[in-house]
Amino acid sequence: MAAEAKAPTRRVSSQRTTAELLRVIFLPLGQLFAFILGSAVVLGLIVVVLSFLLSRDDPKIFQTAIAILPQVIIDGIVRGFLFATIALGYTMVYGVLEFINFAHGEIFMVGGFVGAGVAYLLNQWGILSNLPALLFVIITVLIGMTVSGLLAMGTERIAYRPLRNAPRLVPLISAIGMSLVLQDMVRLIATNTPLGFNARFETPNFGKPFQLASIPLGDRGIPVLIGPKAVIFIVAALLMLLALNYLVNATRLGKAIRAVAQDRATASLMGINVNQIISLTFLIGGALGGAAGVLFGMNIGTVNPYMGFIPGLKAFTAAVLGGIGNITGAMVGGIVLGFLEAFVASYLSLFTGGNFSGASYADIAAFSILILILIFRPEGLLGESTTQKV
Amino acid sequence: MALLELQNVHTYYGKIHALKGISVHIEKGEIVTLIGSNGAGKSTTLRTISGLLTPRHGQVMLNDKRIDHVPPHEIVKMGVAQSPEGRRIFPRLTVLENLELGAYLHDTRSEAYHADLERVLTLFPRLRERVAQKGGTLSGGEQQMLAIGRALMTRPSVLLLDEPSMGLAPVLVEQIFEIIQEINSQGMTVLLVEQNALQALSIANRGYVLQSGAIVLEDDAKALIENEMVQKAYLGLE
Repeated sequence: MAAEAKAPTRRVSSQRTTAELLRVIFLPLGQLFAFILGSAVVLGLIVVVLSFLLSRDDPKIFQTAIAILPQVIIDGIVRGFLFATIALGYTMVYGVLEFINFAHGEIFMVGGFVGAGVAYLLNQWGILSNLPALLFVIITVLIGMTVSGLLAMGTERIAYRPLRNAPRLVPLISAIGMSLVLQDMVRLIATNTPLGFNARFETPNFGKPFQLASIPLGDRGIPVLIGPKAVIFIVAALLMLLALNYLVNATRLGKAIRAVAQDRATASLMGINVNQIISLTFLIGGALGGAAGVLFGMNIGTVNPYMGFIPGLKAFTAAVLGGIGNITGAMVGGIVLGFLEAFVASYLSLFTGGNFSGASYADIAAFSILILILIFRPEGLLGESTTQKV
Repeated sequence: MALLELQNVHTYYGKIHALKGISVHIEKGEIVTLIGSNGAGKSTTLRTISGLLTPRHGQVMLNDKRIDHVPPHEIVKMGVAQSPEGRRIFPRLTVLENLELGAYLHDTRSEAYHADLERVLTLFPRLRERVAQKGGTLSGGEQQMLAIGRALMTRPSVLLLDEPSMGLAPVLVEQIFEIIQEINSQGMTVLLVEQNALQALSIANRGYVLQSGAIVLEDDAKALIENEMVQKAYLGLE
């Protein structure tokens, strides 16, 4: 005790310096980029080696494999960011409630429908084609985020909060029920409006895809293209990840969210209104899912009431892959899964001589990952082993 | 008028009747201790005061205002802080972040906040050395210091301490009790729940003995130490 008293007293302050602030915001993004680069390099190398081995029978395989590689990587990034933005909703809710919100895929779908609806109205009013593409994206994304966020918050209030103290299986079943209700409610609304079951997502003209490079193959070049919508998707996803990192790691609300995630009862002893924080978590996760829905719908051009199911499951896989409850983990899991899918979708057919062609094999790869990770590393890539509660 | 008062409080865990009509009062500036064996209802009492549990009958009064159906985060705002059983540090947050959460209801840019922080770090110099360390990496004693410090950061008028000596080496127990006395001498009212009855009674003004959810004895701390039944049952003296 005496020795400690003599130790020089250091002034302790709660003001974060700008450097510290930047560190907490950008460090997770650094990890994310490391994983993007790492996944691209590892999968790229596997492709190179495999195609080299296979090219003894057919020399064209090597050439083709290398030529489409950059395009596959770009596709992987786009898919990855899609899964990452949806996975954040799963992981944040899991973080605070230890509960998988299986209706989150539907929150994503509603975002897509709201975007399509807004686009439809803009078109009816005759202003869609004259709208600058960027402004259109901002309007639809903001409206989609608001509706999806509030909807997610509402589902928690109605379907999960009354079951807070029930056995854990009960809210899970409630979530599956909520998911079915949302699907069919949207179907009911969509089929009774001009939107229809398969609603077109009208957009103003986004312009031509950018050509990043051209790869010589034989006498013609294979262009490496990235569409303007994909660019917008990536930029928007990055902005959202940055904003979320700032929110969670550098604000008072974020600290409260982390406290509630670690120990709900003790958080309430700090004066934190736990129900309010849980509501806000659903709002934020739902808004991110909604934004992903709008951007996804815009990208593929059509939305339907059941489109949330598979991306929802895959995003859940991504969240588990990264370590459920871990925000950076969800981003990383999304990216890794996106890459894996893009590679399987493009190369499996090529390497097997067309025996296994079709995008469904990408789904098999994604869900095999879920099974493997649950067996061999249930805490995920970035997950810590669950801390024991006294 | 008592600062904090429990009147005939009955608390249940489902069908289990954990508190069977407890009445306790704590005056301003006192150290009051609640002693009793495992499962007697000591922690349940503190959890009921903090609003983590709601009593089925009876009332909890703080400054003559009923608080027994007020949610826990509102009770903190009214000036009741708890250092919970098992310390319940946020393990993946740093020591400083844990303390900042204690001050969740206050502006961390204010002078008053810095004064609070300095006060806690002066009480617990160990914590000052470890501000940037994750809560989960602290030793048991340090975690206990952090739990008490974090509770003080809420700027309470009454401090509830749940088994601060649990699992600590005797030297550390000594040190923690000294600090509790120091906090009290600065004007803090303390309700101390302990299994370590001798230590608790030696620093308290008054004490209550809890047995299977009911209070069986209530007296000045000195009188309790002399009490034959207390000596037999809780002090290990024959």
